[in-house]
Amino acid sequence: MRTVTDVVCPFCGTLCDDLEVDIDDAEKICETRNACIIGDNKFMTAQAPDRHLHPRIRRGGELVECTMDEAINKSAEILVNAKHPLLYGWSSTHCEAQEAGMALAEGVGGTMDNTSVCCHGPSVLAIQTVGIPSCTLGEIINRADTVLYWGCNPVNAHPRHMSRYSLYKRGFFTERGKSDRTEIVVDVRKTETAKNADIFIQPEQGRDYELMNALRVALRGEPLPESVAGISRADIEKVAQTMKDSRFGIIFFGMGLTMTRGKHRNIDIAISLTQDLNTYTKFLIMAMRGHYNVAGADQVSQWECGFPYAVDFARGFPRYNPGETSATDILARKEADAALIIAADPGAHFPIDMVRTLASIPMIAIDPHVTPTTEIASVYIPSAIVGIEEAGSAYRMDNVPIRMRKVVEPPEGVLTDKEIIDRIHRRVMELQGLEVPEVTAVKEPAEASAFDGILQRST
Amino acid sequence: MSEILVKNGYVYDPKNGVNGDVMDIAVRDDKIVDVVSPTAKVIDASGKVVMAGGIDIHAHVAGPKVNVGRNMRPEDKLFNTSKRTKMTRSGGGFSVPSVFETGYVYSRMGYTQVNEAAMPPLLARHTHEEMADTPLIDQSAYTLLGNNWLVMEYIKRGEQDKLNAFVAWMLKATKGYCIKLVNPGGSEAWGWGMNCVNVSDPVPYFDVMPSEIISGLAAANETLNLPTSIHVHPNNLGHPGNFQTTLDTIKLLEGVLPRDGKKRDQVINFAHMQFHSYGGNTWKDFETEAQTIADSINKNKNMTVDVGFVTLDETTTMTADGPMEYYLHNTNHLKWANADIELETAAGVVPYIYSPKISVCGIQWAIGLELALLIDDPMQAFITTDHPNAGPFRRYPRIISWLMSNQARLDRLETLHKVVPDRVAIGGISRVLDFYDIAKMTRAGPARALGLGNMKGHLGVGADADVAIFDYNPKTMDPTIDPAGIEKAFTNTAYTIKGGEIVVIDGEVVSKGHKRTIWVDATDGVVDPVILHDIDKKFLRYYSVTMNNYPVQDEYVANGLIVKPEAA
Repeated sequence: MRTVTDVVCPFCGTLCDDLEVDIDDAEKICETRNACIIGDNKFMTAQAPDRHLHPRIRRGGELVECTMDEAINKSAEILVNAKHPLLYGWSSTHCEAQEAGMALAEGVGGTMDNTSVCCHGPSVLAIQTVGIPSCTLGEIINRADTVLYWGCNPVNAHPRHMSRYSLYKRGFFTERGKSDRTEIVVDVRKTETAKNADIFIQPEQGRDYELMNALRVALRGEPLPESVAGISRADIEKVAQTMKDSRFGIIFFGMGLTMTRGKHRNIDIAISLTQDLNTYTKFLIMAMRGHYNVAGADQVSQWECGFPYAVDFARGFPRYNPGETSATDILARKEADAALIIAADPGAHFPIDMVRTLASIPMIAIDPHVTPTTEIASVYIPSAIVGIEEAGSAYRMDNVPIRMRKVVEPPEGVLTDKEIIDRIHRRVMELQGLEVPEVTAVKEPAEASAFDGILQRST
Repeated sequence: MSEILVKNGYVYDPKNGVNGDVMDIAVRDDKIVDVVSPTAKVIDASGKVVMAGGIDIHAHVAGPKVNVGRNMRPEDKLFNTSKRTKMTRSGGGFSVPSVFETGYVYSRMGYTQVNEAAMPPLLARHTHEEMADTPLIDQSAYTLLGNNWLVMEYIKRGEQDKLNAFVAWMLKATKGYCIKLVNPGGSEAWGWGMNCVNVSDPVPYFDVMPSEIISGLAAANETLNLPTSIHVHPNNLGHPGNFQTTLDTIKLLEGVLPRDGKKRDQVINFAHMQFHSYGGNTWKDFETEAQTIADSINKNKNMTVDVGFVTLDETTTMTADGPMEYYLHNTNHLKWANADIELETAAGVVPYIYSPKISVCGIQWAIGLELALLIDDPMQAFITTDHPNAGPFRRYPRIISWLMSNQARLDRLETLHKVVPDRVAIGGISRVLDFYDIAKMTRAGPARALGLGNMKGHLGVGADADVAIFDYNPKTMDPTIDPAGIEKAFTNTAYTIKGGEIVVIDGEVVSKGHKRTIWVDATDGVVDPVILHDIDKKFLRYYSVTMNNYPVQDEYVANGLIVKPEAA
């Protein structure tokens, strides 16, 4: 029996990094500590006996087992023969695989997109319009005395968020934890999170924008009508005053804002409201990212090509125009003639018309588990589970990068996401008649002493 | 074994006293050597300028806030994307280029080392991931420590030994190169929406003054015998009349000498001094104080500056000086991003348009040039734009053309706002710099200031084989009347050699290169269990990650080169 500590949970954007995992002598995961119920499940089911371990390829309408080489070769052929392949997903894998994916997308002139397109893509558009005053989660631990959850429900979706970072945790200037904080919840439903709140505001559905506008008016002390979005003037003024009176406040927002009527305009005004509040006190705002490394997918794409998601390489240079170059829209217009889906499940989450498009074109699915997406694939390659069977970088919802740990070996023959993408890319280069670079081993760091004449290196 | 012989170039190598002599430079593998065999590849550099590879001592090219800038400004890429080729990746961005673009543009300009000027420790892994992806150039990153809670607590309690040990631990944990202070104390105050405007403004709660933070970290730096000095972005950046704060900061370390004077001369490098040399009381009577600051630097040989030239472009400002960016946002009302980092620092990003039509921007342009021309010794003043804050690094060739030609400066001055000539002194400064001076400001100077003077920034035997060859004949062409020719030659080298490998020919990238990441390990015999206990307590109670998940793992350091100071 051995125990791995400081394990990082590969589930949600909270990216808890304090898990302990017990592994027995047969290399079976037998217990986790500190994880929420979802995280615990992720670890405990990782080695389930019914996990698919072999690549499969569609022959005569059926997915049948094949060799890895066959699967890699077929995948490369699909991508090379396509005019406009879509490479989508990337949010439940590490940054190393995302980097490999960027290179592949560029190599095949495809569109690279991640799950931001169906979660916080609108937040990105708002950030590109007005910016975003934000911080890391530790700032909230240590300073926040007003915490506002708007259109998000951490009790169910990010179970340890409130205890680890935002509400209950005792920090340096917040020694009494929850007692030092005012919790405000704005939601169209009385969620589990709302049941807890000091102030709960329940606006009419789809009218968040108006309510935030009213808050901006109230902050300035300008006159308001009797009620806005179903909320009375008194309540609006109370919330505005609470925010104004706080020492350090934070707004967390989720898909209740980004994916409801108004979309990026809701976020635009939420950020503008936050910026206004800085006239009176310190106030910041943060998106509750879903997939554990969707933030990393944005980050990698930004540093490699300048844009966070929905990047089209068809012309040889990055082009970004969400609505045109985003995965959902490309599928809606039936523009993609092939797809590679990795580390996400559009088969379960995209509108049905887009799933139909996916099912009608040659599609490669890479995922540790069988999902609705893998079942409509032309090629399915099972992969190792990042954070359990493979180490690598992930970015938390506040863009703090943490290295995911490997706690057990992947099942024999199962490759990691990065290995699969790299192998497909090398085969693609062969098919394109390009020179395939040699695989170079990682070098040990050299040492040098700066102080005796010329620096002496040992290599 | 690979060998290259660069023949018959006009060589400018200040460290070895070579000023435009016609010489051959021999390269074997990744070093400069005396002689090479007759089979060596010959590069004909006759009629061309030959210098060591350029070193950028201060640029924001990798890391979290750079990426915020990339994300926030898709418009920055609108007319500035490049296609992929067989050798290069695609990318884009004018003021905040993608990592590939960064490596290519620097290499084309003959630069072979670029130092990331501000790395927040908690996000160091991000900075290293970006640096590892940046091709061709050697890089290091400066660890932000000027607003760190433990630093301030140790200084408050006068525990210098613990401070030293903590600094060494942090440099190793972040794989950083030096101690960087940005608005010391002020960025912590920004946690509450406040600021420290002067060196004597106490930091809220921590009750130490910026002056104490600067002196304390400078002392730690010398005790640990780190290769370079502290790098300081002083308080009160970018405000009219801030030259007084700058003078107060200079006074703190007057007469203090580096522990090892053979290696470097300075105990402090002032970042982007242009932003700290402002006179007047408001933007209305804003004027230059470059002469005052330059006089002070001329008197204090133990200090260096990087200038931070304003290039009069549209750009993206980004700094760990959180309150400054909020102030800027309230001035120009463009989009504002902020990123406070727990227990450590802050950051902000705001786009900025340095319009030649606006008086303030014109005055800022002049102040940068005045500083460079009024500081007597080019070994004390380095060419930077604080990229991208005062302008993008791709404008270095234009800056060089301004420094080498009074006529170019006067022509530009004429196009600026009408009040500019009255508020600046640039019109009356006729000094022009030559290639020898430029080699000091971009090669020998930064290398010595970084404590890498023996390895980098020169062409003597034993140096790294980093060579830039510019297609400009100093004997037949005159830079003082030919700014366009200078700008062209310095934008695209005839050859750039990095680590003995030809990476650029006639402005075209021809190699994927072998970049190195340089960092400092000063922990030998310094870190003790007491410190680890203090650090551990901070992680248990106040950080949002565990201590074991904090240090940057070796996997992230691309081709690492560790510099170990002699034990303290």
